[in-house]
Amino acid sequence: MSNKKYWQSFGELNQTDNFKQSAEKEFKEELLPLADLDDKGILDAKTPRRDFLKYLGFSTAAAAVAASCEMPVRKAVPYLQRQDNIIPGVANYYASTYINGGDAISVVVKQRDGRPIKIEGNELSSITKGGTSAQAQASVLDLYDMTRLRFPKQKDGKEFKEVTTFDAFDKMVGAAITGKPVVILTSTIHSPSTLQIISEFLAKYPGSRHVQYDAVSYNGLLLANEATYGKRAIPSYQFDAAKVIVSLGADFLGTWLSPVEFAKQYSSGRKIAGEKPESSQHIHFESSLSLTGSNADDRYVHKPSETGAVAVAILNALNGTASSFSDARLNSGIKLAADKLKAAGGNALVVSGSNDVNVQIIVNAINEAIGANGKTINWSVTSNYRKGADADMEQLVADLNDKKVGALLVWGVNPAYTYRDKEKFAAGIKNTVAISFNGTMDETTELCNYVIPAHHWLESWGDAEPKSGYYSLMQPTVNPLFKTRYFQTSLLKWSGSTTADYETYFKNYWMTKLASVDNYDKALQDGVVEPAAPAAAAGAAFSAAKVEEAKSKIAAVKGGDVEVVLYEKLSIGDGSHANNPWLQELPDPVTKVTWDNYAIMGPEMYKQYFKKDVLTDKGASDDYEVHPEKPVVKITVNNKSVELPVLLIPGIQKNTVAIAVGYGRKSADENKTGDYIGLSAKDAGQNAYPLVTFDGASNVYSAVAAIAVTDKTYPLAQTQVHGSNENRPVVYETSLAAYAAKPEALLEEITKERLEITANESEDFRSDATMYPDNLKEKPGIKWGMSIDLSTCTGCSACVVACTAENNVAVVGKMQVQRYHEMHWLRIDRYFTGSMENPDVVFQPMLCQHCDNAPCENVCPVAATNHSNEGLNQMTYNRCIGTRYCANNCPYKVRRFNWLDYTGADSFPDNQNPLIGVDLNETTIQMNDDLTRMVLNPDVTVRSRGVIEKCSFCVQRLQETKLNAKKAEDPSLIRNVKVACMQACPTNAISFSNVNDKESDVYKIRNVEQKHRSFYVMEQLHVLPNVSYLAKIRNTDREVAAVTEGKEAEKKEEKTHA
Amino acid sequence: MSRYRKNFNRVFALVLFVALLSFTNNIFAQNGEALYKANCASCHRPDKDFTGPMLKGARDREPDKEWAYKWVNNVNTMITSDPYAAGLKAKFGSQMSQFNLPKADIKAILDWADAYTGDVKVIDSKQPPAEDNSLLFAILTLVLALVAFILLQVNTNLRKLTDEKDGVRRGEPVPFYKNKTYLMAGILVLFCISGYFFTDAAIGLGRMKHYQPQQPIFYSHQVHAGTNQISCLYCHGGAQDSKHANIPTVNVCMNCHKGINKYEGPDKLVREDGTAVDGTAEIQKLYEYAGFNPTTKTYNEDKDGDGRPDGAHEIIWTKIHNLPDHVYFNHSQHVKVGKQQCQTCHGNIQEMPEVYQFADLSMGWCINCHRETKVNFYNKTDSTTNKFYSIYQKFYNDMHPDSVKDKYGNKTYVAPKLDSVTVEKIGGTECQRCHY
Repeated sequence: MSNKKYWQSFGELNQTDNFKQSAEKEFKEELLPLADLDDKGILDAKTPRRDFLKYLGFSTAAAAVAASCEMPVRKAVPYLQRQDNIIPGVANYYASTYINGGDAISVVVKQRDGRPIKIEGNELSSITKGGTSAQAQASVLDLYDMTRLRFPKQKDGKEFKEVTTFDAFDKMVGAAITGKPVVILTSTIHSPSTLQIISEFLAKYPGSRHVQYDAVSYNGLLLANEATYGKRAIPSYQFDAAKVIVSLGADFLGTWLSPVEFAKQYSSGRKIAGEKPESSQHIHFESSLSLTGSNADDRYVHKPSETGAVAVAILNALNGTASSFSDARLNSGIKLAADKLKAAGGNALVVSGSNDVNVQIIVNAINEAIGANGKTINWSVTSNYRKGADADMEQLVADLNDKKVGALLVWGVNPAYTYRDKEKFAAGIKNTVAISFNGTMDETTELCNYVIPAHHWLESWGDAEPKSGYYSLMQPTVNPLFKTRYFQTSLLKWSGSTTADYETYFKNYWMTKLASVDNYDKALQDGVVEPAAPAAAAGAAFSAAKVEEAKSKIAAVKGGDVEVVLYEKLSIGDGSHANNPWLQELPDPVTKVTWDNYAIMGPEMYKQYFKKDVLTDKGASDDYEVHPEKPVVKITVNNKSVELPVLLIPGIQKNTVAIAVGYGRKSADENKTGDYIGLSAKDAGQNAYPLVTFDGASNVYSAVAAIAVTDKTYPLAQTQVHGSNENRPVVYETSLAAYAAKPEALLEEITKERLEITANESEDFRSDATMYPDNLKEKPGIKWGMSIDLSTCTGCSACVVACTAENNVAVVGKMQVQRYHEMHWLRIDRYFTGSMENPDVVFQPMLCQHCDNAPCENVCPVAATNHSNEGLNQMTYNRCIGTRYCANNCPYKVRRFNWLDYTGADSFPDNQNPLIGVDLNETTIQMNDDLTRMVLNPDVTVRSRGVIEKCSFCVQRLQETKLNAKKAEDPSLIRNVKVACMQACPTNAISFSNVNDKESDVYKIRNVEQKHRSFYVMEQLHVLPNVSYLAKIRNTDREVAAVTEGKEAEKKEEKTHA
Repeated sequence: MSRYRKNFNRVFALVLFVALLSFTNNIFAQNGEALYKANCASCHRPDKDFTGPMLKGARDREPDKEWAYKWVNNVNTMITSDPYAAGLKAKFGSQMSQFNLPKADIKAILDWADAYTGDVKVIDSKQPPAEDNSLLFAILTLVLALVAFILLQVNTNLRKLTDEKDGVRRGEPVPFYKNKTYLMAGILVLFCISGYFFTDAAIGLGRMKHYQPQQPIFYSHQVHAGTNQISCLYCHGGAQDSKHANIPTVNVCMNCHKGINKYEGPDKLVREDGTAVDGTAEIQKLYEYAGFNPTTKTYNEDKDGDGRPDGAHEIIWTKIHNLPDHVYFNHSQHVKVGKQQCQTCHGNIQEMPEVYQFADLSMGWCINCHRETKVNFYNKTDSTTNKFYSIYQKFYNDMHPDSVKDKYGNKTYVAPKLDSVTVEKIGGTECQRCHY
């Protein structure tokens, strides 16, 4: 097992010189100008003595001024009247619902002194069961977005001017739209009260209609369900009931439909437990390498144009017909999938991410054939996440251009950016009275005549019905920050409703529905209204009438040598979150790139266009990998082209280029992008939506493309290889069959190794494998410990954003990430293993391991980091003088240094400004705005320049939990402890508790339930970490990570001979 | 002078602390006085009408003897239904808050009030200041130094005389102010002294002990917490729930001051600089902040619709106790769990007409207390101990060792390794208890 090889980059795989060099140097940073001194003598140096004196003089003077003896006079202002439920200093929690387009997640909002500062999942929701996504976690920052519109506006020539009162606005708009046919253009809406208001409004305006438009459409799925089941709806998928899951490019753990819900279900089916561990089997077919594909047990690639053909082949294979793709591996995959699906006896599920109605019809036929309909596909509860019809949007754009639309009300969508032909939309919208309700001056709002911004969801009452019969309620957690108004209130006013505003309407609606004040209060408190018992899963009548037609249409699809496939990143999604710095800086779990989109291709295609082979030629892989500057290619589809840097990853199909949508936000006047759309969205990537095509029924997110090499380069800020484990094994995995047969074999080797380095024939590794046994501090009361299950961790990164939000982790900006200066306390390491063409991927959340024998602690010259008697590796910022010895000595590379003043915590208010554009991006200005800073957690210190920081195990939460237990005089309350990453995780992969307590989760996992899977990373160093991991178990017949170094070398030789 | 005061304060605080500890430990159901102070003192006086009616003889004035017992726990319903209650409300202009007290407690309070004669034991603030001998020592040191100097001079002169007598010739003796030994010694002493003061001043940078800003309203803790015995937690309730003790909101002040519109207390209100303060005028200031009209005894109308009386605005107090941003301090941890008295850190606040910062709030000061203070460690046989600490099994075993049997089967007493557990012992001096 020790010869299994895990790698993060091509350089690491090849062990190139450059890689070795950069691995030695942890911080890629030129030191102070003084480093230029060399041996040339002080006056010949680039920075002569006078500069040195200048620095010295300035810093002395600065220190003197900063440490001025005057203490500031601080004021304390109590409320005039005591608020009933606010005790300053104590957080309140309110149930609400995160809404973005059709996405809905039941959440609990932490509100501290009147400000919402953190989002947690609502455990009462039977859909998401307390899980959250990275986007939901980050959405609290959107509330404090500088670019939010602060009052209603009216177009005045090219500029906008303020409309001072809502009444004046209503009068103007009333005059402009009276008697005209109105189109309400929104994202998918599943709020029952809003839908009712819209229908009431439409009744008052004859000839009007409501168009729901999804930036990334699920039209194909809806149409296919209409054709085969007679319902234009999406059923409930039950991944937890499926023993075999086959996904045809559906990224259901990352971005597809309802990833949090599916991740919860998926992980419950994959939890390894008990005497005879079981797990669902996940087989994935795709073109690029998605997050879900990375988690699959077996993964096969095909060209984007072959998606339909693969679906048909699986359908045929169920009847015994072998498929005949030129790729033998794909054929075997199809056979495997079909065999497993048949054998599962209905406990199987096939999903597809394609927006092609024909592909989805075939997928429905497969599900019907394997008996999934009614078992894992539940039609008794339907999903409402996406309802948009592409044809409706096409019709609307045509009508706009034909001047058939009297007025256009736009809420929550941004077609001037997301629509495939944005020029046509922009031309059309000029022919109508357009009113935008969007919160910021986005591309579409800019084109409108009137703007009346709606509240942010954290400021709103509201409801959602993500699944039929399952409601999730929204309640405001802060007074509206700006002069904004509900979209619904505007509709009520303009339709002359007797109800004055949406607050009243909402209350009446739910009071009627729930019948009593008590029920209403309880519903608000719980945040969800759900059926008492879930309806039994039921199927729907299937009609095979269209299957043959679909097959023939699929057969007619033509491929090309280069095909583009568009996808959503789990951070930025469709682009609505583009100005969220937390999400922009969140490394994509698979590519590890921040702040940009790019053209993903495989090494083979790179070789074809750039004549360099990164797999065999060490020089080439260094050339590509070492510098952040990547070569730029021009990709053209249907005469529309986009220029993007190339990002190489293994495992992508060799003819495929994958590009993320959601980037490249731009105002009409590009110079205004920063003001209108935001400083963080500005300059982040290119817009890939123009590459979307329309096939007459649905939008198509893949196409045959042409690639042209340009002579430009563009830097990509990747976090991928910023820390290296220097070939020491850090992850362990095995197959389910092997594990079930002999669980103790999994970690046999490290157990042996551990005993070897333990002295005196002793088995006590902890105290006898060290020369200094006595400095291990005792942990008399509590010893905190964490366990992370690599089998259920999907890499979704919700924990990373949760950690950022909870701990005031700084956003450093693209330039700083390029220099390896990212600040994340928790990162998701991604390892490839196996062959280059079909690698397996392992995600490993890596955070401070809180070692009991911590190597960082004994090198600190000022004792700024030391150990607590609860097992915490403590970091004291005020003592830290920034030598960074600790970071150097940390084997896990989890200590982060504040190279610059990212947070504005220094004494001088403007000291960041000269650095903007030189060392810092403008996003720093955004993060340090007084408005944005309202999101900071007041219990956690904002770190200043020159100190090291790292995961604290959310010590503020540990202290709070202990305090509550002390106040209640009940030690069992310590079991309620939840750290931020653990609470955010949609798959419950992270457990945290007091391991001195034998009833606690982590104690049981380590010593009872998962004894044979539990390991510590780099345990042989005897650093004694307090974070343990559970080895990954793949449910596959392959030998997991079978390619050993020796075998790989043989393979390479074969290649050169051939 | 200040040194006297510092030491006086220290000793006084200690005395007070012990006194208060013994007070609180005595709260049991039948102690009418303690119950009165905890629940009623903010609005009632035993011997006169205050915000609410006089407690003495209350049961005799009321419609029947049992009325009071019903009233205290049912204020919200009786205020509308009961004519006597309505009469009281009309008379005093405000309504009592509802309590949840057992009958025995109410009876104890009223019995105590009925028997009240007026000689409340007020803590004697005229205690003689503790003896401070440092000045004496200083004078003594000076005298001794002088004597030593004179003796040295005498010695020199004598030697000179003997030298002359013996015929030994020496150079003309250097006068003492030119003597290098003296000069060097003087310089060293000066260096040490100035070094000490310099370091002390540097450490003191940013510390604000004795900080006593003028506040927008001359609010005397001496009057409220001292003479009128209002419980600290009545106004600073956050101290037991939150990290902040919280300054009371204006409506909390108005709970009492709706009725009390004049200052007629026994304490003279004098600022630190000696100027007299008109208490009644200060109460008028409060009315302005609250938007309250004392003549009509009503709040101003809310014409602008902002949900509060017109003209009302928040009081902007000057914060006295400031901790740096990187320090996490939680009041409830100290008050509710640690059962510390407010005075431990804030000084004898009930003696302060104007509040000043009593402790230096430095880290060393915190740590010292954490080192010395014992936690209410769990003991199986004592239900008043905090069960939370039962997780420290090891300490428990150290405190309660099993007796050991020797080879003859005789039990031998084993001395406990620990007699108590300090805050430090459970990690109370570790960095990340206060710095996250």
